[in-house]
Amino acid sequence: MTDLEKIRERMKEWSKEVLEPVLKKFPERKAKFLTEEGFEVRRVYTPLDTEGVGWEYLEKLGFPGDYPFTRGVYPTMYRGRPWTIRQYAGFGSAEDTNARYRYLLSIGQTGLSMAFDLPTQLGLDPDHKLAWYEVGKVGVSMPSVKEMDLVFNGIPMDKVSTSMTINATAIEVLSMYVAVAESRGIDKSILRGTVQNDILKEYIARNNYIYPPQPSMRYATDLIIYAAQNMPKWNSISISGYHFEEAGATPAMEIAFTLADAIEYVKYVLERGVMDVDKFAPRLSFFFAARTNLFEQVAKFRAARRMWAKIMKERFGAKSRRSMMLRFHTQTAGVLLTAQQPLVNLIRTTIQALAAVLGGTQSLHVNSYDEALSLPTEESVKLSVRVQQVLLYESGVIDTVDPLGGAYYIEWLTDQIEEKAWKIIDEIEKLGGMVRAIEVGYPQREIAKAAYEWQLKVEKGEIPFIGINMFVEEEEPKIKVLKVDPEVRERVVSRLRKLREERDPIKVRDALDKVRRVAEGEGNLFPPILEAVKVKATLGEISGVLRDVWGEWRAPEVY
Amino acid sequence: MSVNTLDATSEGKNIKRRRRVLVAKLGLDGHDRGAKVVARALRDAGFEVIYLGVHQAPEDVVEAAIEEDVGVVGVSILSGSHMELVSDLLKLMREKGLNVPVVVGGIIPPDDAKELKKMGVFEVLGPGTPLRKVVEVYEKALEVNN
Repeated sequence: MTDLEKIRERMKEWSKEVLEPVLKKFPERKAKFLTEEGFEVRRVYTPLDTEGVGWEYLEKLGFPGDYPFTRGVYPTMYRGRPWTIRQYAGFGSAEDTNARYRYLLSIGQTGLSMAFDLPTQLGLDPDHKLAWYEVGKVGVSMPSVKEMDLVFNGIPMDKVSTSMTINATAIEVLSMYVAVAESRGIDKSILRGTVQNDILKEYIARNNYIYPPQPSMRYATDLIIYAAQNMPKWNSISISGYHFEEAGATPAMEIAFTLADAIEYVKYVLERGVMDVDKFAPRLSFFFAARTNLFEQVAKFRAARRMWAKIMKERFGAKSRRSMMLRFHTQTAGVLLTAQQPLVNLIRTTIQALAAVLGGTQSLHVNSYDEALSLPTEESVKLSVRVQQVLLYESGVIDTVDPLGGAYYIEWLTDQIEEKAWKIIDEIEKLGGMVRAIEVGYPQREIAKAAYEWQLKVEKGEIPFIGINMFVEEEEPKIKVLKVDPEVRERVVSRLRKLREERDPIKVRDALDKVRRVAEGEGNLFPPILEAVKVKATLGEISGVLRDVWGEWRAPEVY
Repeated sequence: MSVNTLDATSEGKNIKRRRRVLVAKLGLDGHDRGAKVVARALRDAGFEVIYLGVHQAPEDVVEAAIEEDVGVVGVSILSGSHMELVSDLLKLMREKGLNVPVVVGGIIPPDDAKELKKMGVFEVLGPGTPLRKVVEVYEKALEVNN
């Protein structure tokens, strides 16, 4: 009798002798236990489960830092270097944001993550009619290189790594960062950081797009190519699943749509015919959400890593290990924050952060407990940093690599999610790839449907949610909330007007003409945009030229 | 709470108008999960929903509300710009003689919610509001309007 047969035999006996008498006396609480993805969870997992799905150690897990990277992208993981504590922040004017960044660095944050206001994300200067309401609200206003200089006042750009959540205007904003660094004598080749530059997910879920998909893909690939040639330490894109999860996607959808987007970006760059896959793929990075359903989330991260390694190796013929590594940032799930009993959010985010760490994240943002009500205050954001520090320094979960690896349940879940995600990717391939799938509304529809179903389940109490459908309390939360000073708008606008008066108008005109010519032709847009930024053309002016050449995208509304 | 579309359509235009509502993302904010879920829940509850989608200026919303002859205007804002956007929306509605209840959803701090209601907003619905409550609020808003 083999070991597995022995286990199977013993399980039958256990079932009869131990389990059944207990079930008769104490039936289980539910007929079925389901994960968020809808997988039915078995009572107990044994080697039989992993054998049943063809589990083989070297093929499916291997060693950390080695193909297929299921166990992590680096051989020593957090034993060597901790994840980067990187809280997404920015609001009001450049001065407000500079003060918040200094505060975050002073309490132990190890990298910066810039939030830009909506006008900046949509290519509008703060004195534009539509921009007026939103200046400085969800991020810092960034109409010109002057503002970037103020944000980084006293912050060492050669030492800190900076992540920027910017997409439709990614080249303009990264150019401002580069221009400021160069003005301080720092060469762009040593700058470290990430620019989100993931326009596809804007059409699917996040909605901060400007131009139609085709020219937007050219814009995104221009940045990827320029960075690969000039900024070797810069992650040229952060291919994001976070926003899919926030919009309603299930865990398998989240990684499937993300990887399908990634495939599209790699295809578009390769089609330009200017560089080999191993030249730019090492600087593609990813961004996922961490929900409270701990084990399924850990399995999701592990599955995504294994799938990307396979895609890069088998489909795109990558040779470099670094091309196959799925390095990712994680943010805890904003949609799981409640406005009701807001301090409970601290407990949720701690579990979510643990999921990210057990899943092998490279950097982490923990949402603050007050964010279902407003932007976080200094006090609440400090607790988010402390959550990360407790995990890092006190919990001991970082002492070994991939501590859940080999757990029968985790490996089974990892296989289940992977299988489901491949099926979704196949659907997208059948439609002709992600750009086409977006044009026909496929991912948008799937996400909207999942969001609605989730909401109905919460309302029926099928998904337990403390403070929402159980342990509900009537009184209103009394917590301090952050308010953005309305004076910000005046300050930003008057500085912008001064800049427009003081700059050399001929240089600006020539630089914008150059941007237009390149946009109409085929060259790389990064150099002329960087030039325009340096002669103090504004974000709205540069983006305005591109709008003029490419037009704007009106989305099909699907709900 | 009466949710009965068959009766509504058989009784002609007046009633039909009563069951027609508008849902829009006011301002530049792109977070549309809540607005879409609300639009769908209202549709499933028998309302005729005009969903305008993202990036709507106050002018766009008022124009569409008049053109589509809706009984309630629902706007969703998660970017923190709700006070000024809604204030301008209400002002424009008054100027255009559009007298229908406005429901606001999104990330709205409690003090702002009180202020919005003082300004004339019919109801403010924050995160965690059950859909049956959302439907109830729209039903009530329609009653007030007729």
